[in-house]
Amino acid sequence: MLLKVDDVRKTYARTRPVLNGVSLALDTGQTLALTGESGSGKSTLLNLVGALDGFEGGEITLDGTKLSGLGDAGRAVLRRDTVSLVFQQFNLIPSLTVAGNLSFHARLAGRDDPAWTATLTQRLGLADLLERYPENLSGGQQQRVAIGRAMAMRPRLLLADEPTGNLDETASAVVLDLMLSLVAETGAALLLVTHSQDIAARLDRQARLVGGRIA
Amino acid sequence: MTGPVLQALLSHWRTHRLQVVTLLVGIALATGLWSAVQAINAEARASYARASQQLGLGQFEELRARSGFIALSRYVDLRRAGWQVAAVLDGRLYVGNRAVRVLGVDMLAYPALPALTETAPDQAPQDPAQMLTAPGRLVVAPALARLLQDRDDLPPRIPSDAIPADVILTDIGVAEVLLDRQGQISRLIVLPQQPIGRPPLDKIAPELVRHSPDRQVDTARLADSFHLNLSAFGLLAFAVGLFIVHGTVGLAFAQRRGMIRTLRAMGVPMRRLVWITLAELTAFALAGGLIGLVLGYLIAGALLPDVAVTLRGLYGAPVEGHLTLRPLWALTGIGMALAGTLGASGHALWRLSRMPLLSGPGLRAWGGNARARSMAAAAGVILILGGIASFAGTKGLIAGFGLLAAILTGAALLLPLVLSWVLSALSRRARHPVTQWVWADMQAQLPGLSLALMALLLALAANIGVGTMVSSFRLTFTGWLDQRLTSELYVTPTSQDQGAQMMEWLGPRADAVLPIRSTELPHRTGPLFLYGIVDDATYRNKWPLIASGPDVWDRVHAGRAVLINEQLARRADLWPGDSLTLSGDHDLPIAGVYSDYGNPTGQAIVSMQRLDQIAPGTPTRRIGVRIDPAQAANLSRDLQDRFELPPGAVVHLSTMKAQSLAIFDQTFVVTSALNVLTLGVAGFAILTSLLTLWTQRLPQVAPLWGLGLTRSHIAGLEVLRSVLLATLTAALALPLGLVLAWLLLNVINVRAFGWSIPMTVFPADWLRLLVLTVLAAGAAAAIPAWRLRRLPPADLLRVFASER
Amino acid sequence: MNVKALVIFLVLPLTALAQGYAGLGGDATGFERPRPGYQFQFPRDHGAHPQFRIEWWYLTANLTGADGRDYGVQWTLFRSALKPSDQAGWQSPQIWMGHAALTTPDRHFFAERLSRGGTGQAGVTAQPFEAWIDEWHMRGADTDALTLAASAENFAYRLNLTATGPLVFHGDRGYSVKSADGQASYYYSQPAYSVQGVLSLPQGDVAVTGQGWLDREWSSQPLAADQSGWDWFSLSLEDGDKLMAFRLRGARGDFTSATWIEPDGQSTALNDGAVSFTPLQTASVATRDIPVRWRVEIPDRALDIEVQALMPDAWMGTRFEYWEGPVTVTGSHAGRGYLEMTGY
Repeated sequence: MLLKVDDVRKTYARTRPVLNGVSLALDTGQTLALTGESGSGKSTLLNLVGALDGFEGGEITLDGTKLSGLGDAGRAVLRRDTVSLVFQQFNLIPSLTVAGNLSFHARLAGRDDPAWTATLTQRLGLADLLERYPENLSGGQQQRVAIGRAMAMRPRLLLADEPTGNLDETASAVVLDLMLSLVAETGAALLLVTHSQDIAARLDRQARLVGGRIA
Repeated sequence: MTGPVLQALLSHWRTHRLQVVTLLVGIALATGLWSAVQAINAEARASYARASQQLGLGQFEELRARSGFIALSRYVDLRRAGWQVAAVLDGRLYVGNRAVRVLGVDMLAYPALPALTETAPDQAPQDPAQMLTAPGRLVVAPALARLLQDRDDLPPRIPSDAIPADVILTDIGVAEVLLDRQGQISRLIVLPQQPIGRPPLDKIAPELVRHSPDRQVDTARLADSFHLNLSAFGLLAFAVGLFIVHGTVGLAFAQRRGMIRTLRAMGVPMRRLVWITLAELTAFALAGGLIGLVLGYLIAGALLPDVAVTLRGLYGAPVEGHLTLRPLWALTGIGMALAGTLGASGHALWRLSRMPLLSGPGLRAWGGNARARSMAAAAGVILILGGIASFAGTKGLIAGFGLLAAILTGAALLLPLVLSWVLSALSRRARHPVTQWVWADMQAQLPGLSLALMALLLALAANIGVGTMVSSFRLTFTGWLDQRLTSELYVTPTSQDQGAQMMEWLGPRADAVLPIRSTELPHRTGPLFLYGIVDDATYRNKWPLIASGPDVWDRVHAGRAVLINEQLARRADLWPGDSLTLSGDHDLPIAGVYSDYGNPTGQAIVSMQRLDQIAPGTPTRRIGVRIDPAQAANLSRDLQDRFELPPGAVVHLSTMKAQSLAIFDQTFVVTSALNVLTLGVAGFAILTSLLTLWTQRLPQVAPLWGLGLTRSHIAGLEVLRSVLLATLTAALALPLGLVLAWLLLNVINVRAFGWSIPMTVFPADWLRLLVLTVLAAGAAAAIPAWRLRRLPPADLLRVFASER
Repeated sequence: MNVKALVIFLVLPLTALAQGYAGLGGDATGFERPRPGYQFQFPRDHGAHPQFRIEWWYLTANLTGADGRDYGVQWTLFRSALKPSDQAGWQSPQIWMGHAALTTPDRHFFAERLSRGGTGQAGVTAQPFEAWIDEWHMRGADTDALTLAASAENFAYRLNLTATGPLVFHGDRGYSVKSADGQASYYYSQPAYSVQGVLSLPQGDVAVTGQGWLDREWSSQPLAADQSGWDWFSLSLEDGDKLMAFRLRGARGDFTSATWIEPDGQSTALNDGAVSFTPLQTASVATRDIPVRWRVEIPDRALDIEVQALMPDAWMGTRFEYWEGPVTVTGSHAGRGYLEMTGY
């Protein structure tokens, strides 16, 4: 099993528990849509799986690694080598060009494959934008760069948090199609957070978070 | 309407307290350093004016003799012909290594005594018999009186607040004994009231020359170059301080754009917003200016004693060591704070007033600064070329400083473009993605940091330039001392007769006895000191000639030629082959020019016989004694016993050199202090820039964290980035500093002091400066880096989720 | 130190000559003192006596111009010794001071000079006789025929003096007592010079003729401690008699002294109390009330006269200040003369 979430609890600022014993599992090649109301804990769960944040109880096992025992450095290694992230807010590096952003994660992970990057560039329609800086791109273009960067390092698991949340319908469809097909081709798993039932319906499985638990 | 608007605008400062501190510190530092220099200058000038007024210097017409001194009989001739003149004997006395001016005046006739009487402290009056008859009394400032405490060989002292520092006022009868110049008069002051029927001067004393007050060389003018130097430093510090103000105001305005847009959307007119903002800035300027004045007063108070020592040592200019608070100074300081703050905020204010109602909230454009960089660089090139052109046109001291300013400012304007070139070159060579990111990110940060980096560039260049100048000067000076001070012992006889006896006594006991005689002569460039020397190998082998004709020494010793010092050569444009006119009818070809540091006046050297012809009766001021160094101490003791000399009358070579170097080092204490302060301000500018950029920093580093870099790794990179930028700037400051040093040594020094100095480089100093810079930059980056390291992941995650 | 005090003190020994000088009344250590029965020797005694503390050569003249107006001229050389010795050059402790004045019926001009002895800038030689300071001088082969000159910013004069009588010795053969305590000076005069010369005034030169009076006096301690000033008269009466009379004002009472001089130079000393002086009218001069009209009475000589200043504002605004000017005499006798008043 690539990802196993077991009874995970997470509280922010000692107030309201955000995750209240969540469990789920995801295997290589599978796609899972995580839905729920605003504030149900979807993004929090994604961040925990992406080794971006720690949690109080339960366990997350990613590619055989137990996340609860990891420190800052261990989590960074996981983020660098195993998972890729695509966020609603296009988390590109503003000081690097499109080309620089595309290859950045792959090179960081030591898996730079120029041919694969070139293919991605073509597939994502970014060939004419390589020398541009993120600030000069439209929202859809930025999100395509983010997906390209995420896929260029051939992640075991792609995590996406409302990847189309900032896009109009047309751009949204294009981005989602590209992401799903690339995930399928590379054999990665996908955990996608969305509030849209239409998008969720296009994934293999769906799980719904209500009040910090899987409904 | 203004009330709520003001409240809204001011709320920004409540949440950005650091910006308030930064802004106030920036204004205060700029005002403080500038005001400190102004206070020092004002104090010095006031001292000159006070001295001139109190002592009646430069207020009356004077009569001087071409031969250097006026005989007493000439004075009587003039008086008996009806000329109302007052005799003055002016000379120097050495107290330890400190030169003190002895002003011997005829107490019965000196016109400025009434000015001195205006201050009337509460002491018992002195018996005039004691004042006018041997041994007499010395009227001195209280500080000098303390210094002279143990000098039992001098007449009793009377402390007086009315006397400038470093001046001994006494009766001429006392002075002539003190200076061993019996019957000599330096100059005659022509009193303002003259009787009717007075015959013309050439009927009585045709050899005397009339000097109108404005033709007399005064210390204030000599020291002008020094004050210009200080002012330049003050202005540099002011500019560096304003960089901080500019950066902070720019950021504060940018951060308030959203609020301003909202206010305008609610119907507040732009004009009112601009006025309110202007009022807000004025308040900041006043508050910062006031703090700056306090700071300036403290700095000036701390530096003034050293400045006073410098001015006394270099020019014999009398400067008190304590500070008075002047209202005009305070007003000017506040004015500068206002002008500086508004000037530094002008750009931000202008952009604010032109901001369209509907526009994106973007803080800064990443790509759009290339054009601005090129424009600044072009302006820099034009400035440098303009400075060179205007200097080539006038060649004066002011133009020299203008050239310095143009080159410094121009180079600062060029800095962003050059740095951007260097960074793109480096980023092209980089292989590792993180390295590439570091370079690319640095380039992206340039616009936000360039002002701080410019400030650093200026401070570093000034440090390297001034440091190189001082060190070169010191090295040259040390070498020159070795050449110039050659005798193992220097003896000061207490009288003419004793001098003669000493020469005779020393003859068989020393390898060589070199009498040093000198007299002061008027010259069109100011006073000139003429020295007589005997023919000795010591001079032939060691005298520091910088230009010479054929058979220099043979011609000089034969009385056929004269040597002049560099100051005189440059001032009068006289070089080997030209001739120097002395005392009217003595016209001597110039055989050579020698370097003569630390001396503001012109000097010439002739053979002893020639000196006797030009100025008969010139006293022997000192005797140089050449002897085996091992014997020097014994001879010194014997001399002292045999002639019952006061302590300090026999000086050893090593003591003399040590004293000279001590004076030299003292001279540049202020310069180094200002240097360090400027560097400190530049370091602070970097810190504030980094802190103000902090808010924009998270979105830039958060993605990297998301991609698998740890927070400590990123924090390390932050420090590295700051250090690298500072190092790059330091590397660029080095050539600029060397240009500055060259200009200081070959342009400013020549015009200000009359001497040029060969430039020597001191890489060890650069290394020290680089380490200091790296430490400063690292320290400046440490605070934001530390904050980043401690940042909860939740704050970083928010970047990905929330709208900026 | 207080330099103002210095300047004032500097001239104090001189001030003593003209004004009450309490500070110097007591101490004359090291200096010689006048003795009764001193045998004057001339020309030597016309010269300076540096071993005495103070000394003066004091010439006044009442003149009439070609324009018919009355004029007065004063020429004085004071010597004051800081120590009872002399040395060459600036080291000399002898201080010299010259005062010159020219009084017209409506103006009073004055000037002052200071010098140190030893340099040659000022001094007195007995033979040939010359007393000088700067270009001011009074000289001749002896004191019987003198040229007198002084000049300043706004006036000058040049006069020839010819003695028409013998020297007159005051007090006891030149030993002039100044107080009941016995303070005294050596004091003689040449009261009978006929004078002619030229005065230079801002309006132009005026030729003048008239009479002059030279006083010579030296001492080391001429006043008693309580004496604060004096009123001194030198009068030439139309019948040929002359009168020198002074009153020293003291806290313990006035001390008067006078010499009656016959036309042939025969003189009689009049002791303390023989003359009475009564101020009749004062004028406000230099913020002081100065008596400018006097009644002088000598009952023994049937003298009862009024002495009136020619020009009330004859104030000598020199380093030390005093009143000195020409006077006219009316009453039992008519005549002209000079009046000096100090200590007001």
